[in-house]
Amino acid sequence: MESLLTTPFLTALLAGSLAAGLPLLLAGLGEQMSEKAGVLNIGLEGMMLLGAYCGFLGAWSSGSLWLGFLCGMLGGLALALPMMLLCVWLGLNQIVVGIALTLSAEGLTALLHHVQFSQSYPRLPRVDTLPLPLLSEIPVLGTALFDRHPLVYLAILAVPLLAWLYRSSLLGLNLQAAGDRPAALDAAGISVIATRSLAVLFTGAMAGLGGAYLATVGAGLFVPFMTSGAGFIAIVLAMLGRGRPLWVLLGALLFGLCLSLTTALQVAGLRVPTDLVQMLPFAAVMLLLLFFGRRAALPAALTRPYRRGER
Amino acid sequence: MSAQHQGKAPPLIRFEQVTKRYPGVLANDAITLDLHAGEIHALLGENGAGKSTLIALLSGMQQPDAGRLLIDGQAVRFSSPRAALQAGIGTVYQHSALVPSLTVLENLMLGRRWWQGRRQSATRRRFTALCNDLGVRLPADALLSSLSLGERQMVEIVKALWEGRRLLILDEASAMLTSAAVSDLQRSLTRLAAKGMAILFVTHKLPEALAFGDRVSILRAGRLVASRSAADLHRRGAEQAQSEIISLMFDAPSTATAAPAPPPSFQEKAPVLRVQGLRAACGEQEPQLDGIDFSLSAGEILGVAGIDGNGQRQLAEALAGQRTTLAGRIELGGEAVQAKSVPQRMKRGLRYLTDDRLGEGSLPAFPISLNLLLKRVGDAPFWRQGVEQPREIEAYAQQTISAHNIRAPGPHTPLGSLSGGNVQKLLLARELEGQPRVVIYNKPTYGLDFQTQQLAQEAIRRQAASGVAALLISPDLDEILALSHRVAVMAEGRIVGIVNNGPDARQTVGRLVVGGTA
Repeated sequence: MESLLTTPFLTALLAGSLAAGLPLLLAGLGEQMSEKAGVLNIGLEGMMLLGAYCGFLGAWSSGSLWLGFLCGMLGGLALALPMMLLCVWLGLNQIVVGIALTLSAEGLTALLHHVQFSQSYPRLPRVDTLPLPLLSEIPVLGTALFDRHPLVYLAILAVPLLAWLYRSSLLGLNLQAAGDRPAALDAAGISVIATRSLAVLFTGAMAGLGGAYLATVGAGLFVPFMTSGAGFIAIVLAMLGRGRPLWVLLGALLFGLCLSLTTALQVAGLRVPTDLVQMLPFAAVMLLLLFFGRRAALPAALTRPYRRGER
Repeated sequence: MSAQHQGKAPPLIRFEQVTKRYPGVLANDAITLDLHAGEIHALLGENGAGKSTLIALLSGMQQPDAGRLLIDGQAVRFSSPRAALQAGIGTVYQHSALVPSLTVLENLMLGRRWWQGRRQSATRRRFTALCNDLGVRLPADALLSSLSLGERQMVEIVKALWEGRRLLILDEASAMLTSAAVSDLQRSLTRLAAKGMAILFVTHKLPEALAFGDRVSILRAGRLVASRSAADLHRRGAEQAQSEIISLMFDAPSTATAAPAPPPSFQEKAPVLRVQGLRAACGEQEPQLDGIDFSLSAGEILGVAGIDGNGQRQLAEALAGQRTTLAGRIELGGEAVQAKSVPQRMKRGLRYLTDDRLGEGSLPAFPISLNLLLKRVGDAPFWRQGVEQPREIEAYAQQTISAHNIRAPGPHTPLGSLSGGNVQKLLLARELEGQPRVVIYNKPTYGLDFQTQQLAQEAIRRQAASGVAALLISPDLDEILALSHRVAVMAEGRIVGIVNNGPDARQTVGRLVVGGTA
């Protein structure tokens, strides 16, 4: 076992968990706001996938990674719009609509990919990193954590920012009231519909960004179904996070670790069946749910559409 | 104490011939009412007397169909709750308007636009000032869910006072409070009135109305039947004041036809249902069913009166087996059944006619035929070896439909498309099928048209005459007095008294319903 704890192994493991965890972090933070406001967004997987496709397309055709990110966010937003319309404005069942959106996005992106890229399989060039001065010099940790793409730093910065928003702003209060007792928010003269709409759109943009990161910085190419369940894991993270962004970050890193074990074990030259290793993240989900799921206090009005005058 | 304003300054708020109609109901009928600054005005009334409508009109939730609302002698019209707030009218609603997962202070910040700051220190200062006005101490930074019900009620009042500085309306504010919390509430309200606020205290509890009010007004069937000053009531003595108000609230309207006198009591017979010390599992927001004692003889109808939501439904469900019995005994024909399941109790002859007719009572999308057999799924001859027998089911449905005069196109019609009266006929037919020994009727005629009401009441009488014991839960005192041999009154999850039906029963029951002693 001693041979496992080598520098290249640890570096690959840490770097990998951050890289694999980042899309989860972005989507999870988005989902968290939506759940706080009382909308369970099951369409998260679809929003990530459409974000991944749009992000890749944007980056590939423009040559700019940042334009790719923007396109990814717009892709996620485009799918959040029907979610907002159907679930928040018209009060349809959030779970049914979410599943429908995910399935549509899967079909749509697979079709578009087939038409555009199935002959050529274009790849993006390797992405430049932004090594943070001094910090990136630290052995193992330095290269793993502080020599990354700028979006990584921005995403991590979003964690305290959102935590502040929830704890210390009026918007945070409104979001929580919309999810916990929407009638009270309405009675106080704030529109529940507007508050929830905002949260749903934010979720779409964040999921789209997460997908775009996955396709551009992560893989450098788009493949159909490439999110492979990351959206659903992000939903679980948001639920277990109980409204606290820091928990989503920790959860995302944990799942990133599981995901990157595959590569890291290969680097270490250890022969474990890959199927077994690939099961790790999902086994981890179940374990986490087993231990923490029961205590996950969800907003009282989660998944319940708000109509004035109903109790 | 300050009821001698009349004649001097114009009242803070005047209702002038205010009328409000809802489809089929005259909720407020030409009400004229004055609210004075510095006065606590208690408004008493039964279920459906029009109290909620009056509050809705004052707080801007509804607009009157006729009549005027005057503030300081000026006619006003509130188009929204916000408009009423701006006129200085704050309302504490019966159902909480606070978010349990936020702190007290955060709850008070709710309602400002999101781009505005939280203004922590300003909010805190104002909160402290209002708490001083009320003479209470509240933890500003505690989660609302960690507060007692009495403290939450105070937070509601603070929130209502935040903008409503002239009139404070409290809708059934004391319903869930302990008696200590009620006297705290009284102290706070008296302080507010002394500072010149007008307070409208809406309740169905007579002792509280008498204790709180500088003036007591009584609503009945949408009309203001009386308005008395506290001084006036005190002059005549507590006992007589109570009797007068109870008569005003409950006496049979002179237009009503005298109900047929119920047969004499059945005390001598052996009881078929005996309940002792029953305590059942109840949710946090429900009245806690406890210490229920009564017995029921064959052929007897025991009415259960009380303000709606005082544990009647919980009692019915506990007897039927839909709630876990935590303590006590339920004996059916001498056999303890409190640990038995719903179908086991049903097989022993206990039936429950629910008030939730289209919810737990039936499957509205299913045909009439299956709804008739919902409680006998799998039984012969309608099912054989687990296979449905459509012909048997249809024949049975056909026969029941004609026997009970249910108006429906046929046995395959979805139940949900029938009228309320026909649904109730069908449910009655289902529950009274076989050999019932005890039937629990929960609001059997509620929401039905007059003719179906008569039919249902007739069915209840006929069943009793044939020896079936009945527990009749109804919010309608007239119905209870017309049908029952004895009347039990429920308040806050307990039976506060059982009265033999007779000429004096209306007074006695009325007194128990509003919280007096028999």
